[in-house]
Amino acid sequence: MTDTAQRLAEIRGGVPPRRHNARTIAALTGNPGCTRRAVLDSAGVDKPKLAERIGFPARFGQSRFAITRGNAFEAQVKADGGAELLRLVAERLGVPVPAGATWTDLGGAEDLPDRHERSRAALTGGGDEPALFDHPLLGLDVAGRRVHLEPDLVAARLGGRFHVVEIKSFPVIDGQADPAKVSAAAIQSAVYVLALRELLAAAGHDPGLVSHEVVLVCPRDFANQPVASLLDVRKQLLVLRRQLDRMARIDDLLADVPAGFTADLTADPATLTAALTGVPARYAPECLAACELAYFCRHEARGHTTVLGRPVREALGGLADIREVLALADGVRAPDPEQAEAAALLRAAARLRADALAGNAA
Amino acid sequence: MSTLRALAQAQAVAAGVAQPVATVRHLHLSERPLVLVPLAMAGEANAPLAAMVGAAPDEARLLVVPQPRNRNQRFAFAAELAAILLPYLDSFRGVSEAVPVDRGRDVRYRYVDAPQVLVPNPAGVTFLRLFGRSTRFRRPDGEYPVHPSVPLLGCWLTFFAERAEHPGSAALVAMTEALTLHWATGQSAVEDLHLPALLGWIDPPPGSTGAEAAARAEDPQVCPPAGPATDPDFDNRRLAPAMTAYAEAEDDPVARAGAYAQLERLLRDQLTPTWELMWRGVGLLRGLPPGARVAGRWDGDKDAFTGYAEHLDDGGGPQPRRDGAVAAAVRLHRLERALASYAVQRAYDDPLVMAEHRLTGEAFVGDVTLADPKRVDDTGKRPVLRPRIQVVTTEPVVVPVGATLYSPARPGQKAKVVFLTPGADGKTEVVLELSGGMGRGLTAPPGSVPEVGERLCFTTLSDAFMPAGNFPASEETPWTHGGPPATSGPAPDSGDGDPAEEWT
Repeated sequence: MTDTAQRLAEIRGGVPPRRHNARTIAALTGNPGCTRRAVLDSAGVDKPKLAERIGFPARFGQSRFAITRGNAFEAQVKADGGAELLRLVAERLGVPVPAGATWTDLGGAEDLPDRHERSRAALTGGGDEPALFDHPLLGLDVAGRRVHLEPDLVAARLGGRFHVVEIKSFPVIDGQADPAKVSAAAIQSAVYVLALRELLAAAGHDPGLVSHEVVLVCPRDFANQPVASLLDVRKQLLVLRRQLDRMARIDDLLADVPAGFTADLTADPATLTAALTGVPARYAPECLAACELAYFCRHEARGHTTVLGRPVREALGGLADIREVLALADGVRAPDPEQAEAAALLRAAARLRADALAGNAA
Repeated sequence: MSTLRALAQAQAVAAGVAQPVATVRHLHLSERPLVLVPLAMAGEANAPLAAMVGAAPDEARLLVVPQPRNRNQRFAFAAELAAILLPYLDSFRGVSEAVPVDRGRDVRYRYVDAPQVLVPNPAGVTFLRLFGRSTRFRRPDGEYPVHPSVPLLGCWLTFFAERAEHPGSAALVAMTEALTLHWATGQSAVEDLHLPALLGWIDPPPGSTGAEAAARAEDPQVCPPAGPATDPDFDNRRLAPAMTAYAEAEDDPVARAGAYAQLERLLRDQLTPTWELMWRGVGLLRGLPPGARVAGRWDGDKDAFTGYAEHLDDGGGPQPRRDGAVAAAVRLHRLERALASYAVQRAYDDPLVMAEHRLTGEAFVGDVTLADPKRVDDTGKRPVLRPRIQVVTTEPVVVPVGATLYSPARPGQKAKVVFLTPGADGKTEVVLELSGGMGRGLTAPPGSVPEVGERLCFTTLSDAFMPAGNFPASEETPWTHGGPPATSGPAPDSGDGDPAEEWT
């Protein structure tokens, strides 16, 4: 075990790392500047449990209605050996619909190395006849650790190229879907594209065989008829690669982390809170939708302009502390030279606000 | 984000309670708004689960869909909602008023008032838009007939959703947006979308701060979400078992009635807190005096309501799934004009909004120190009245000489900047030449020219009429925009598949 791995294991306490999936890896791209998050995620700390232990439980429940619907739609699309899926994908890609395609289910209950080998063999085995691969087991290096991905997805090989096919149960109504859901699907698919490319590259194939165009299959309008759309994930791939590179340099990050830092769930909550405080976070309101620790970080950041959101902070001249903003606005504190411009704006704003509220203005 | 609003947010944090960012109410509030709180089934494509609806706090009606995946029940819900909404709309179609058009040469008629629908948040608006989309193409005849009121409901919901996109319209209003237009909280815009937390900041219960009230409102156990999305924990622990009990009691009328009552109770408990918050929001907004130009914008809503009611009376069809090229361009143009005029009108109505423009240099306030109301310019073909005034201001003036300014006090009058003289004491002397708003003669009527000692605001923002752009007819759509639309396309597909279809 390397020093880094040893250190990360210590941070985690005596438990195995939490398993990543495409969703958690995709979430890593959310706030790349946050050291606290990068360290905890690299160590594979169980953040939901950690948040609960320190008294700031996350609220990321999933309704079973949504899960049922998602599973039912996926089963429907994949039925009949993927005949319907093949037609949808081929038509969307603008290639002739093949008479048939092989359907290889790479899922199963057997142990990981064996499944991984089967996926590798099937996907890199060459041939360019139309083929669909369900449940491939892929891998990615995250913070120096091999992470296995078991996507509910299909890799389609058509015309010699691979396309990642992502089946989602949110509707596309009159050609439009919820933008937040589409962008979440795009970044998740990008994780698979990246993993698939690495798999091919490792076997000596051209990673470019995996298209950056992902096929998204969703229900159309209000019915259950599937419809396929293309998503270009080049931008997501760049972001993802950048964050994975950053996590690969976890040593640099760990150098700034205090020596006794622990996120061991068996530790006393007060100890955990004190330890977390020693690793800087970069809270933004967007974290609430993406990171399990967000409520803690928000609590910690109270009194700072960041809790009001980035646009507010910018409009306040980039000042960090709300008390300082108000002191400068009221003129009770003389600004530092670099704050002069922001302070002048704030004083003018405070005067105008007071005027208008007092009913003095014209 | 203006610095003025950002400062108000910082002040809200320090004060522990939301701070006003408006001194008047910038939207019309009906005497009897129809409050509608919808809930949707998780995971489904906009499937209604329940709704609480009514035009007064004690008139709450609860609509429930015991099996939201069953499409027949969805359309039964639509018919029930139509039975409430359509009579509400009809109640505004009694009395008309004459409106002069074509410079007074003709009159047209519009209803003296219009309906107003209030939902908790922007997601509620989206829900109604999609519910309108899923119902307006349905047919009362044919293979899967629905109640005749269902497609009519769909048309009206689509009408309201389109008005909600129109800046300054108050026909369909999201309560969170109406409140944040008037108050700034000590939390972020994302958190302001949660109605209970927002009201916690604006009107915290006695003895607690806005931050504490908002934190309490975030716990779904204490405070159910304001919809349309439900709390996943509620779905898993309470709703799912109740739905299963209802489904299993299919053959037993007594058990079924009991299971239905249980579902009703659960959903009523989830909806009632939001219902009460909606009326609290209405009360808070009513506490503000309306801005001077609010009634004028509401006239626009009355026109739109009258126009669409007439369209349906004349047998007009549902709104298309997508606008054609010309219709889309016209709509965009209309929205842009409305957006510009709405921003100007709010500034004219409200010194606190105008202060944002003063901060950026688009407006300044000063005292009139000299006035020559009789000045006549006779350099042209015929003499014209062009009074001049001098205004002294302590605010920075960034407009150039030659710019045309307007004053909210005399919106019909233009003031051209003639001289700008910065003084040593930080004051600026601005000499303005006035035109318009003074009658046709060479003597200005009393009061039409500012007098010495008046304190006035001048701004580059103009509320003058903006002429509409010219667009080709739909049949003359240029080839760059796809050319004229095909006249005999396929009939619009409802996109709703088989109404009998059910998930297993």
